[in-house]
Amino acid sequence: MSGDSRAGSRVKIRKIVTFVEETRTEMGRAVDPPTRKGAAVAVIENPYAGTYVEDLSELMAIGEELGGLLTERAVAALGIPGSSAESYGKAAAVGENGEIEHAAAILHPKLGTPVRRVLGKGAALIPSSKKRGGLGVTIEIPLGHKDAAYVRSHFDGMEVRINDAPRANEIMVAIAVTDSGRPLARVGGLTKDQIKGEDGLR
Amino acid sequence: MPEVQVRKNLLMLEEVFHEGGPVAQKPLNRVAALAVIHNPYAGAYVEKIEAFMDDLKPLGLEMARRMVVALGGDPKLVEGYGKGAIVGSAGEIEHGALWHAPGGYAMREILGGAKAIVASTKKVGGPGTRLDVPITHVNASYVRSHFDAMEIGITDAPRADEILLALVMTTGPRIHARSGGLKASEIKGEDGLR
Repeated sequence: MSGDSRAGSRVKIRKIVTFVEETRTEMGRAVDPPTRKGAAVAVIENPYAGTYVEDLSELMAIGEELGGLLTERAVAALGIPGSSAESYGKAAAVGENGEIEHAAAILHPKLGTPVRRVLGKGAALIPSSKKRGGLGVTIEIPLGHKDAAYVRSHFDGMEVRINDAPRANEIMVAIAVTDSGRPLARVGGLTKDQIKGEDGLR
Repeated sequence: MPEVQVRKNLLMLEEVFHEGGPVAQKPLNRVAALAVIHNPYAGAYVEKIEAFMDDLKPLGLEMARRMVVALGGDPKLVEGYGKGAIVGSAGEIEHGALWHAPGGYAMREILGGAKAIVASTKKVGGPGTRLDVPITHVNASYVRSHFDAMEIGITDAPRADEILLALVMTTGPRIHARSGGLKASEIKGEDGLR
């Protein structure tokens, strides 16, 4: 299932890396059930590397394609149906020959809709981060509850990193999904059983 | 006999389609399973530590099984492997050596009859330390196309009294392997070397 060979694909993918992180204990206490985070990261060619281009619509289309592909990968890695996902986040890191606006073009206009299609819902804003950097740069993907941004137990983040990416003409695009909040969350605030799910906030 | 306490697991799967050359018909998959465990010997010199190797066997098997599942479920797809450990600052390098036998045993057991020695590396380090885990062909160490490595690490591990254990498996040669040497198709498979 090569990212390059899919029919109608606009995006040139060099590699996809999927991470699943499971926490079973914290400070000697059991985390039961364990908290789990999944992330899928695509390393793609930046079609605009090295030149200033006014119209970034190609990257917007690439964002739409990756939104579905990476969310499916992350959910499959967790082994859960999309509807069981609790929190999510997205991030991009642009190689040195690109600009931060390239990350924005991928992440903001069109990526969210296919993410929500895979997860069934997703009333809340998808928290995001972006940066420019060299090979091995760390990406902090912010996490928030997918249906109510104020759920405090689900404010978190997931760090991912690929040692050989992004090359100068590449972009890393990451989507993270969880089936849980922080391990041993206990700082109060809105809880997930209090979600109304109407405005994406509470 | 100390019980193995796992704080966290991390599974990482890389699907490599190309590296600037022709797109491969079949992507190269590389998987790493990491487990962060409590180091029962942290903080003091303990003379007799060998028994912990037996304790680690079930964990190794669980990691190896999970890796094969991540690769699609068929152990026959696995062509390369390697292992490594990062010992937290209150431990010693010898604690990392405890992973050699159970880590290697686990992958051979799950893969069924792999002949080559499992390439390995280890170090002492703090949280976020990265380790380049070497990879060689599962049946013949000299197969040049399969010499590879996978960089692993976890931001918050290992803490001082922990050990980060790693196993890696790959499904084929480097994505654009073309540096000659013994080929996988030329393996005799007698001594684990050629």
